[in-house]
Order: sequence, then C-alpha cells, then structure tokens
Amino acid sequence: MNRDETTPSSAPPNARPAPPEAGGKLFGLLAELADPESLMRACARVRDAGYTAWDAHTPFPIHGLDRAMGLGKSWVSAFVLVLGLSGAAFGMLMQWWISTRAYPLVISGKPLFSWPAFVPVMFECGVLGGALGALGGFLYKSRLPRHHHGLFASERFERVTDDAFFISIEASDPRFDAEETARLLREAGAHHVELVHA
Amino acid sequence: MAHVAYDIDPVEHRPALIEGDPDFHGITEAVARPVEWRPPWGWYAVLAASLSLLGLFGVSIAWLFWEGVGIWGNNVPVAWGWPIINFVFWVGIAHAGTLISAVLFLFRQRWRTSINRAAEAMTIFAVMCALIFPGIHIGRPWLPYWMLPLPNQMDMWPQFRSPLMWDVFAVSIYGTVSLIFWYVGLIPDLATIRDRARTRLRRIVYGIFALGWRGSFRQWLHYEKAYLLLAGLATPLVLSVHSVVSFDFATSQLPGWHTTIFPPYFDAGAIFSGLAMVVTLMVICRVVFKLEHVINPLHFDRMAKLMLLTGSLVGYAYSMEFFIAWYSGNLYELFVFINRATGPYAWAYWTMVSCNVIVPQFYWFKRLRTHMGFLFVSSILINVGMWFERFVIVVTSLHADFMPSSWDYFKPTFWDLATLAGSFGLFFTMFTLFVRFLPMVAMAEVKSVLPQAHVHNRPK
Repeated sequence: MNRDETTPSSAPPNARPAPPEAGGKLFGLLAELADPESLMRACARVRDAGYTAWDAHTPFPIHGLDRAMGLGKSWVSAFVLVLGLSGAAFGMLMQWWISTRAYPLVISGKPLFSWPAFVPVMFECGVLGGALGALGGFLYKSRLPRHHHGLFASERFERVTDDAFFISIEASDPRFDAEETARLLREAGAHHVELVHA
Repeated sequence: MAHVAYDIDPVEHRPALIEGDPDFHGITEAVARPVEWRPPWGWYAVLAASLSLLGLFGVSIAWLFWEGVGIWGNNVPVAWGWPIINFVFWVGIAHAGTLISAVLFLFRQRWRTSINRAAEAMTIFAVMCALIFPGIHIGRPWLPYWMLPLPNQMDMWPQFRSPLMWDVFAVSIYGTVSLIFWYVGLIPDLATIRDRARTRLRRIVYGIFALGWRGSFRQWLHYEKAYLLLAGLATPLVLSVHSVVSFDFATSQLPGWHTTIFPPYFDAGAIFSGLAMVVTLMVICRVVFKLEHVINPLHFDRMAKLMLLTGSLVGYAYSMEFFIAWYSGNLYELFVFINRATGPYAWAYWTMVSCNVIVPQFYWFKRLRTHMGFLFVSSILINVGMWFERFVIVVTSLHADFMPSSWDYFKPTFWDLATLAGSFGLFFTMFTLFVRFLPMVAMAEVKSVLPQAHVHNRPK
C-alpha cells in the first residue's frame, strides 16, 4: 500500500508534499475538516474554485451540503417511477392472461377479466417494482458495489464511517495541482491535507 | 406524579433524543460494542433457550409432514385453527417495524432513529415466522408451489379472484420490500463495522455486504432519495398487507368475519401488537447491551403513546362490531357476537378485552409510559391479548356455524402448542443472532439527530 501519510497540519501552506512512492499512481488530495459547518464552508469554496472531480465524505448525510457542493437532484426517483409502473402493468397483464387465456374459469358469473379483483395483486407488483427500482437506481447511480477505490489507501480515511469529515479532490480533475489545490483546501479550513496514492 | 426530566437539545430546544450528550465517536463505540466484543453470558443463555424452541419447531413440522394435519386440533367446523391464528399474529407483529421505519420517517419523527433498525429486523423475522404457517398448513407440503403462478405440467393456474392469492403476493412482497429497505439502511453501518474490523475475516465479510461504501456525499444524495422513496412505497404497502389479510376473512360470508370494519381494525391491531413486541425486545436489549442513553425513556414514552392510540382504536373496533351486530338487525350476526361474549369462549373474549382495551389505558400516565418494568409486563400482556384477538375471530366465528348439529368446541392439541412455541424459537433465534452480528441501532441516522450534526450548531 503506497500512501503519503504525513503532511502535518502545522506545515506552512506552501510546503511541498513528499514525492509519490514508486509504483503508486497519484489518486488525489484528501483533506480533513473539523465539523459539519467547516465542511460545508469548504465545500462551497471548492465548488466556487471550479473543481469537478471532487467529493465530500461524511459519516451521515448533512442537509444543505448538496447545495454547497453544487449538486442537482438525485434521479433515483426516475428508476422508481418507471419500474413501479412497469411492475403494476406486469401484474395486471399477468392476471389478465391467466384469467382469460391460460386458465379461463367462470367464478360466480363474473366476467373473465373482472379487473377490480385484480387490483390488490397489481398494486403489490407495482410496489415490488418500485422497491427494486429504488435499490437498483441507488446502486447504479452511486456506482456500487465498488470494493476498490483510491481513497481506501488512506488509513485516516477509515474514520469517515465513524466521526471524520473529508473532502477529496481527484488528480484527474483538470484544475488539479498538488500544491495549489492543497493550499486551497488549507485556506478553506482543512486541518489535515494528504496526498493519496492508489 | 413525578416529572421525568429529559436533557434539552441545545439547537432545537426540545427534549434531546440521545441522553448524555455523546459525540459521534461515542455513538459508534456504544453501538459497535455488542458486534465486536464477547457477548455477555445472558446472550448465550437466550440463544440456547431460543435454539431449543427452534428444535421443537423442527420436530413439530417433521411430525406434521410425517403424520398430516390431523395432529392439530383443526376439524370441521373449525377447519381454520391455530395455523391461521399464528399466521395473522406474526404478520401483525411485523407491521410495527414498517410503521417505525417508514411511516414515522415520512412524518419526520426523528426519535425513530434509535429503534428503527431493530424494529425492521423484527419485521423480517416475524414475516419469516408468518410465511411458514400457510406453507405447512396446506396438507400436501410438497406442493406449496401451487400457490405461485408457475407454468406446470397440469396447465393449471392460480385463481386471482381469491383473497388467499392476494395474500400470497401481499405477504411475500412485503417480506421482500422490508428486506430491501432494511439492507439499504444497513449499508453505511456495515461500512463502519468494516472500517473498525481488527481481523481480516471480519473486514472481508462485512466489507462484501458494505458494497464498498465510502460515505461520499454524491452517494448519500442517491441513498437518501432511495430511502425516502422506499419509505413512501412501504407505507401504503404495510397498510395493504394487513388489509389483504383481513380480506381473507371479510370476503367470506361467515357472520363475525363478513364486515367492512376489518381492514382498518386489523391494521390498528397489527401496529398495536408490533409496537408491544418492539417494547418487549428493547426493554431487554438496551440493558444487556448498555444502550440506555441511545434507547431512553423518551423513546418508550412515544411508543407507549402510539400503543395507547392504536389500542384505543382496537377497543373502538370491538365496540363498533357489537353495535353493528345489533343495529344491522341480522340475527346470525347478533348471535355470533353474543356468543363471543357469553358463550363457551367467553374466557378468551374477556382475556382479549382486558389485555387490549384496559391495559393500554394505563399509558395515559407518563410515569407508567417511562417505567421499564411496567412497560415490559404490559407489552407482553398486549401481545397475549392480540394473539387471543385472532383466536376469538377465527374460532368463535367458526365453532357455532349455521347448522347447530355441527357445532363443536375447538380444542388445541399438544402439537398446536408446540408449533406456536416453536415459532417463537425461530423468531428469537434470529433476533438473538441479529443483535450479536449486526449493529442494532442505525448509527449513521442517530449521529444525524445529534445537536453537533447541525450545521448551525456553534461549538461552545
């Protein structure tokens, strides 16, 4: 595992980060913030500086951070709508086919396609479709499962699921510059900035 | 009346949801401890007892498959005996989990975060218990696939005008959706356990299920949308499930079953009994796993208020059934209800009324709503009452039907009792394993309701 652990927070902002170790590809910069409020301010600065390949990492969702990061609406809802309606349509179609084509039986003189009796199963199938859409849409949009990621190289990053708040800026960002970007993050309030090599 | 004092949340100026003002790391430590440390001896004792009952369940089912449904007390006129009672009982228990996780989420009841994980787990295990009963009740246990719309060599298909078919879809889809909802909620917490793992095995196993979650806010955004929509889907689903269960009865023409009040009455009863089960489990778990500050009297106070509400609704339904039986002028209907209250099963009816109508009325008093001993005893009494409610509905309506020559007094057999006790074995085995191997409190959600999580909370 290649990592550049120690860029102490007391170092002057223009201190050169240590050169990447042999074989380690530079993933980007990881900055730690003290609390949700400083994270939100820092995110607004990174957003205004025009970065695109960057992210905030938190142990729990923080409301308003989407605006500070300049993110739009999550379209998981589209998956739910489409799959929910498809599920309901499939449910009704299946019952129509079974009751009128595959196994037509006259029950208490009712028409073969007595649709009001088919509403409960149609509804349940719709809910199943919607729930699968929510799960699938969430996994697809957030690119999960993904067990290998550059940030996992950082030991400090393990606390993101406990109590630490981070901003990561990837080296693939056109505006990325190891020194300039690190300075921006420090000025934005980060108390620890490190280079991560994946 | 002694006043129960709560800590005050410094941001919202309302009672603090978590006692003792812990930091984020403190929550992680408190919740992860049972998953990471040797469990107390009590855990082994409960697991041993649950496994014994689970063994009894296995023996009962094996004997049933060998000998047939004749080992139960089911017989004409009471052809629907304990298996159906137990099925409705367990489905009902499940409903409070979805109420807490989905309905209270939509109503922005933030106190739910301390108990929703355990309540959802309870939902899944209760649905498992419920699904077993119709499966083993069919008489020919090698043919349960007849309940599903599967192509087969007989070219036969299910009859979708029957509420029993609706039930197959409602309950199995309810189980599936609850599992999805529960798992999506678990992902961030599984990642926490992964990141704290000290052994390679734990890191790999929890890591696989955590899907590589890294707390990215771009992921949180989709996560929250998915969670909100799942809550929105689960809310009408849970109401539809017990409505469909009640249709099994209400669409028949039997006096005592054929009433329009059944869907709302069943829904209220289901949530009532499920909340009582959550209270029973949480009173124990918070002490055993030292989570008293996370699951504190405030949560019990609010659950007790919900039990008071749903218990009163159930009481209203009991009296309205009687009123309509008289007001309808239908002699058969009137007979069934008078027979319920004064006939051979009057003992069961009055057990039900005492447990379900009188016991929750004590929750008008705040001191009793926050008294753990009282909550424990009363919640068990409520579940006894709710089991008897289903007994009363099924047995008293059937045992004296239209033809007096076939009237009979239904009695359960040893195997009826063993199967019911065994299903509790399955439920408690699953729950005991759950509290040991998965975080029983939704850590990420609890952290988000702490005052420090507020962006505008200035450090003092």
